[in-house]
Amino acid sequence: MPEKKYVRLGFVPLTDSLPLVAARELGYFADEGLEVDLQRETSWATLRDRVLVGQLDGAQMLAPMLLSASLGLCGIRKQMVSAWSLGLNGNAITVSPSLYRGLAALAEENTPLGSVRALKVVIESRRRNSQPPLVLAIVFPFSCHAYLLRYWLAVGGIDPDKDVKIVVLPPSQMVDHLRLGHIDGFCVGEPWNSVAVLTGVGHCIVSGYDIWQNAPEKVLGMSQDWVVQHPQTMSGLLRALYRAGKFVDENLSEAVTMLTDGHYIDLPPELLTVSLSGRLAGGLTGAPFPAHHFHVFSRYQANFPWRSHAEFLLGQMQRWGQLKGDNLSPMVAQCYRTDLYRSAMRGITSLPVDDVKQEGLHADNWEAPGQPDAVSMGPDLFVDGNIFVP
Amino acid sequence: MQQPEQQVPRVMLVDDQPARAAILERALTDHGYLVVARLPSAAGLLAQVSQLNPDVIIVDMDSPDRDTLENMALLQRDLPRPVVMFAGSEDEEIMARAIHAGVSAYIVDGLQPARVKAIVNVAITRFREYQALRDELEKTRGQLADRRVIEKAKGLLMARKQLNEEQAYQQLRRMAMDRGQRLVEVSRNLLAFADLLEG
Repeated sequence: MPEKKYVRLGFVPLTDSLPLVAARELGYFADEGLEVDLQRETSWATLRDRVLVGQLDGAQMLAPMLLSASLGLCGIRKQMVSAWSLGLNGNAITVSPSLYRGLAALAEENTPLGSVRALKVVIESRRRNSQPPLVLAIVFPFSCHAYLLRYWLAVGGIDPDKDVKIVVLPPSQMVDHLRLGHIDGFCVGEPWNSVAVLTGVGHCIVSGYDIWQNAPEKVLGMSQDWVVQHPQTMSGLLRALYRAGKFVDENLSEAVTMLTDGHYIDLPPELLTVSLSGRLAGGLTGAPFPAHHFHVFSRYQANFPWRSHAEFLLGQMQRWGQLKGDNLSPMVAQCYRTDLYRSAMRGITSLPVDDVKQEGLHADNWEAPGQPDAVSMGPDLFVDGNIFVP
Repeated sequence: MQQPEQQVPRVMLVDDQPARAAILERALTDHGYLVVARLPSAAGLLAQVSQLNPDVIIVDMDSPDRDTLENMALLQRDLPRPVVMFAGSEDEEIMARAIHAGVSAYIVDGLQPARVKAIVNVAITRFREYQALRDELEKTRGQLADRRVIEKAKGLLMARKQLNEEQAYQQLRRMAMDRGQRLVEVSRNLLAFADLLEG
């Protein structure tokens, strides 16, 4: 029996809210004896604050935001916990038509490296002509969007803090600001890249997958206090999310309409299915991104809270001066609760044996040690061929 | 003589509900603070912050601009530097109260915490009062609507069953008690049923 029948979870309307929505709409939460209310939030900061003070039981969170709240890097410090990643991938970088034309003209090759090298040429030319720096938007300072964008810029020899101006905007306002010329590009989650492309406001030049294949993205986050008090409720939520993740992975294009039918996202369903069905025009030639560049909700151990993901993200915070100090391993273990994942999933699916994995080693599908059976994993290369050893 | 650090704290309000912002502005002014701007959204906020130099920014919790502010709070190069309030764990209680009232706040480094809390407390009180006022208004509206439904059902019974007003009311009450429903629900069902028969 769950300790708490009525559970309030926060979400920000995005395509990757789908597992939470599906678990509710398909009755998987109800099967666990849970009545889950999904509360739509307009900002990540407010979503986080509501979880911190217990106004929400948990929420769909940006993985780095969960870490930054646990470290007290913005506002109050409170130990947050995730035992569940909600999915992999889902982000992309979109630029204005004029910037796109410049990149397409200057790029020596149609690759993520080619486009960022062209971007560097544009930036240098603007500097010589005393033009203001390019403005690129992300959704939150502590987000995978921020780190993917910065990673890609740095690979091209661009200093994200000096050579461009990075600003923060709500996802739903990105396209408008790009159209109005307030920004020159953005890194955001779906469906907002598709919306920009299909309305002619922008060109999607690089997917998140281009920068880091099967990168972590959102997690289910709770305060540690809440998890301690509600172990059965927590397990029930995870079991329901496991079923939901599997269902949506296998029925992606159909399942995604749950978001629009249920008015979780107020957009036409066609805008949500484009990137999921391999029809989103991208890169410098407009060749569509393959569907696997976008959401993975279950396969490749997408839901396992890999501690190497947390370590990588903390490393990015250090790299960009958001976090000082080291010996962060104890806090990684407190935030990413592989033990809670395993206790909820034992007997339901095979469990990874390790808590960490090296990133950047695999160009193809591979197998990781698991119990009782090995678990299948996806490619995990970085754009620069780097290898991350946790 | 006034010393620089004793200057009246300057407050900026970001709230898309003008009525609430106006109430808060008056309250802050009455408490001796200076409200330098009242903005419906954070569009152009950075320029406003540089120009008007507020010590505290009070923001509606539901504002989509909060993440933009959060980032400003972290950036050292965007002067002046608003920093997120409630940095210590002893502030958790006031933060909880603020969030429940729908208030979030950003302060510029250097303002004394006690003064910030006093400002935030004014905001919490006014946001709460405003919410209570709205709840009351909605309740009153709801009650008026309920009463109209009951009156209509009563009128229907009076016409159909040749009852006087008191008898019709008693009959409705009996039906409500028998079914364990509210008077307004019974009335609504009765009207719907009558509609159906006449439909």
